[in-house]
Amino acid sequence: MFAYIVRRLFLMLVTLFGISVIIFVLLRVVPGNIVDILFDAAGFVDPADKANLERELGLSQPIVIQYLHWIGGLLHGDLGYSYVSEKPALEEILPRIPITARLAGLALLFSASIGIPLGVISAVHQGSKLDYALRVVSLSGLSLPSFWLGLLVLMASVSLFGTMPIFNPNPKTWLEAITIYAVPAMAVGFRSAALTMRITRSSMLEILRQDYIRTARAKGASEASVNYHHALKNAVLPVITVIGIEAAFLIGGLIVTETVFNIPGIARFLVEALRWRDYPIVQNLVMFIAVVVVVVNFIVDMLYAAIDPRIRFGD
Amino acid sequence: MRSVQALAVAVLSVLTISDVSRAAEPKSGGIFRIYHRDSPGSASIHEGATYSVNIPFMPIFNNLVIFDQHIAQNSASTIRPELAESWAWSGDNKTLTFKLRKDVKWHDGKPFTAADVKCTFDMLMGKSQQKFRQNPRKSWYDQVEEVTTNGDYEASFKLKRPQPALLSLLASGYSPVYPCHVSPAEMRTKPIGTGPFKFVEFKANESIKLTKNPDYFKKGLPYLDGIEFTIIPNRSTAILGFVSGKFDMTFPTEVSIPLLKDVKSQDPTAVCVVEPNNVSTNIIINSTAPPFNNLDIRRALALALDRKAFIQIMFEGQGDIGGTMEPAPDGLWAMPKDMLESIPGYGPDVEKNREEARKLMQKAGYGPDKHLQIKVSTRNIAVYRDPAIILIDQIKSIYIDAELDVVDTAQWFPKIARKDYSLGLNLTGNAVDEPDQSFYENYACGSERNYTNYCNKDIEKLFDQQSEETNLDKRKKLVWEIDKKLQEDVARPIIFHARTGTCWKPYVKNVTIMSNSSYNGYRYEDVWLDK
Repeated sequence: MFAYIVRRLFLMLVTLFGISVIIFVLLRVVPGNIVDILFDAAGFVDPADKANLERELGLSQPIVIQYLHWIGGLLHGDLGYSYVSEKPALEEILPRIPITARLAGLALLFSASIGIPLGVISAVHQGSKLDYALRVVSLSGLSLPSFWLGLLVLMASVSLFGTMPIFNPNPKTWLEAITIYAVPAMAVGFRSAALTMRITRSSMLEILRQDYIRTARAKGASEASVNYHHALKNAVLPVITVIGIEAAFLIGGLIVTETVFNIPGIARFLVEALRWRDYPIVQNLVMFIAVVVVVVNFIVDMLYAAIDPRIRFGD
Repeated sequence: MRSVQALAVAVLSVLTISDVSRAAEPKSGGIFRIYHRDSPGSASIHEGATYSVNIPFMPIFNNLVIFDQHIAQNSASTIRPELAESWAWSGDNKTLTFKLRKDVKWHDGKPFTAADVKCTFDMLMGKSQQKFRQNPRKSWYDQVEEVTTNGDYEASFKLKRPQPALLSLLASGYSPVYPCHVSPAEMRTKPIGTGPFKFVEFKANESIKLTKNPDYFKKGLPYLDGIEFTIIPNRSTAILGFVSGKFDMTFPTEVSIPLLKDVKSQDPTAVCVVEPNNVSTNIIINSTAPPFNNLDIRRALALALDRKAFIQIMFEGQGDIGGTMEPAPDGLWAMPKDMLESIPGYGPDVEKNREEARKLMQKAGYGPDKHLQIKVSTRNIAVYRDPAIILIDQIKSIYIDAELDVVDTAQWFPKIARKDYSLGLNLTGNAVDEPDQSFYENYACGSERNYTNYCNKDIEKLFDQQSEETNLDKRKKLVWEIDKKLQEDVARPIIFHARTGTCWKPYVKNVTIMSNSSYNGYRYEDVWLDK
C-alpha cells in the first residue's frame, strides 16, 4: 500500500510537470498576447511601444527562460504579477478560490444528495410510472445546458419575486447568503445530479440481480435493509468514480454558471484572464485546477479501498 | 359650489407645485449602482481607448475645461471651465492660456498647480521622463509646441499653428489632468484625481467602487455618497439585474433597441433614452492589392450598399445615414441632405445604384457567370459580425461572393496592420464631434489609426485648412467638402451611424446622455437619487 501511494505521488508530480509544460507552450502558441490586446483596445499598434511593453513584461525573452522563470517562482511561492491588474497573481487568485470551492462543494452535495436517493428509488421501482418520471427528469438534466437553466432561473426569479440571486459579497440576510450560492449550485448541479442518478440506477439494477441479494431477501431482511445496506453499499463504487470525475469537470461547468450568476470565482476569472492573455493568471490557475483534479483522483482511488474491502493495491 | 371647486383646484395646484419643487430639490446621499459591461484593462483614462475606462473613472478627475454635463450635444459653445477659471486665446490664435483655480486639492491632500497641467500634457506629447504604457491620443496634441506655466496658477498651450479645435479636445472625457507626483503605473491601479469622487477599489471582473470626495472644490457637490459599478459581462444577467432593481442605471449607451423594448415591458417606470453615439460602422478596403486596387470595384462596392436595410434590420430603423462626421441633427458637422445624396451610393434608388455597380463590375471583368470570390474579415464581436453578414448578402447583388472571416480580437489590428485582408467590417468611434479628431486620426497619411493607408495629399491640405479656420461657417463648408471627397474616394465607406439606449430608474436625477459622443458625459458630480 505504502509503495503504491509513493508511486502514485511520483506519477502525480510527473503529470503536473507535463501539464505545466503543455499549458505554457499552448498559451504561447495561441496567436496574440496581452500587448496585442492592449493595443487592440487602443485601436492601433505602435511597434516601438509594443516592443517596450513586451520587454517590460518579460515577453521578449526566449520561451525556455520564461518557463524557467515561472516554474522557479512557483516553487518559491512567487506566482508573478497579473499583466492586467499589475497586482501579485496570488493576491488575485486566492480570494476567488473559496467562492468557487463553496459553489462547487454545494453543487456536488446537491448532486449526490439528490442523485443517489433518486437513483435507488428509480432502480427499486424499475418499470413503474415513478421510474419513468425520474428517468425523464434525469434525461432533462443531462440535456439542459446549465447556462440556459441558469438564465431561466434568473428570469423566473425576477418575474416571480422581483429580485434575482446574483452574487453580493456582503449579503444583508442569511437567506440572501444562502441563496446566492444555493441557486447557482442547483443550476450547475442539476446535470451532475442527473448523471449520478442514472449511474446509481444502472449500478443498483445490476446489484439487485445478484444472488446474495436474493439470499438476503430469503433470510427475511427488510426491503430497506436490502436496498440501502446490501445493494447500495456495493453499487456505490461507480457512483464515487462519477462524482470524482464530475468534481473535476465542474470547473468547466462553473465557467458558464459563474458568468450567468455573476459570481467572481476562479472559473470566470480564468476565462477573462484568457481573453486578456494574462499568462501569470492563466498558468497558475490552470496549474491549481490540475492539482485539484489530480488530488481528487488520488482521493477517489484511496476511497475505493476504504469502501470495498476486496480492493487491495498491490506493490 | 364654484368657489369650492376653485379652492380645490388652488389647493391641488399648490400641492402639485410644492411636490415638483420638492422633487427638484437635490437630495444628498445614496450609492449610485450601475452595472459595467466588462472589466476595464486599467483605471488610467489616458492609456485607454474605450469608454469602458471613461465611464467608471471620469468621476475621479477634472479637466481644464469640460463639455456641459447637461447639454446633450457637445459643442464649442457648451464648454465650461473646470480646473481652469477662465481661458483666452492670444491675438494670433497660437497660444491658449488658462487661469487655474487656487482652491483645488488632489485626493491625497496635495495642492493642484499648473505644474500638474504641464506634466500631464508633456507626458501625452511624449516629452517627459515618465511614459505611459500606451498613448493612443498622442496625435491630438500634434500641433502643441509646448505647455508652459506662469506661476502656480497659469498654464499656456503654445501651438505650431492656430487650431481652434484644441479647446474641444481638452473638454473631452479623455483629457483629465493627472497629478505630477503619482506615477503612470499607480494611475493604472489606484488613480488619484481632483474630481467629485475618490477611488476606493477596482476588483477586476468584479466591481469598481468610488466614494464621495468631501473636499471637492465645488462646494455642496457631489450629492451621491458613492458610485458602485458591478462588472457583469453577460448582458442578459445585467439587464435582469436592472429590471429587478439591483442597479439604478444600465451601462450607458449599451442597451440595444430590441433589448430596450424588453426593459420597458418588464419595468414600465424605467426612463430610457436612445441617442446616437458618434460611432460609425464602415468598410475598410485593402486598396494595395487585387481585387480592390481597382477603383471601379471599390466604387461598385460603395454603390451596392443599401444603408436603410442595415438600419432597419439592426436597429429597427433607429440609426442614421451619413458620411464620416455624425449625421444631423445631433452631429454638428454633417453634410446637408442634398449634398449627401449627391454622393454615389447615397441616392435613394438602391436598385439604380446597384445597376450602375454591376456595370462597373462587368467593366472590371466580373458578371453573372464570373463572380468575384473574397473574404469579409471582421472582429469576433456581435456588433461587428452582424453587419458583416448583411454586407455579404448585399454585395452578392453585384457578383461578389464573400465568405465571413471572423478574427479573434487579439489578432484584429495585427492582421489589419500587415494588410492581411481584402475587405473588413469595422467600427470607428469618435470621442469628440470635431473634424480634427476624425480626419487626422482616420484619414491622414501615416496616421496610426488610418488602417487602410488612404493617403491623399490634396485632401490633407484641406484638413489643415479647415483646422486653422476660425470662422465656423467657412470651416463647416470645408468640412463638408472634405467629407464628400472622402466618400467619393471610397476611403472608408461609411455604412451607418448607430443609436443605442440607456435606461435608469425614475428616482435617478440629473443624468444626461450625450448625443454626439459616448466619452464625455460621466462626471456625475450633480447626479442625485430621489429616494
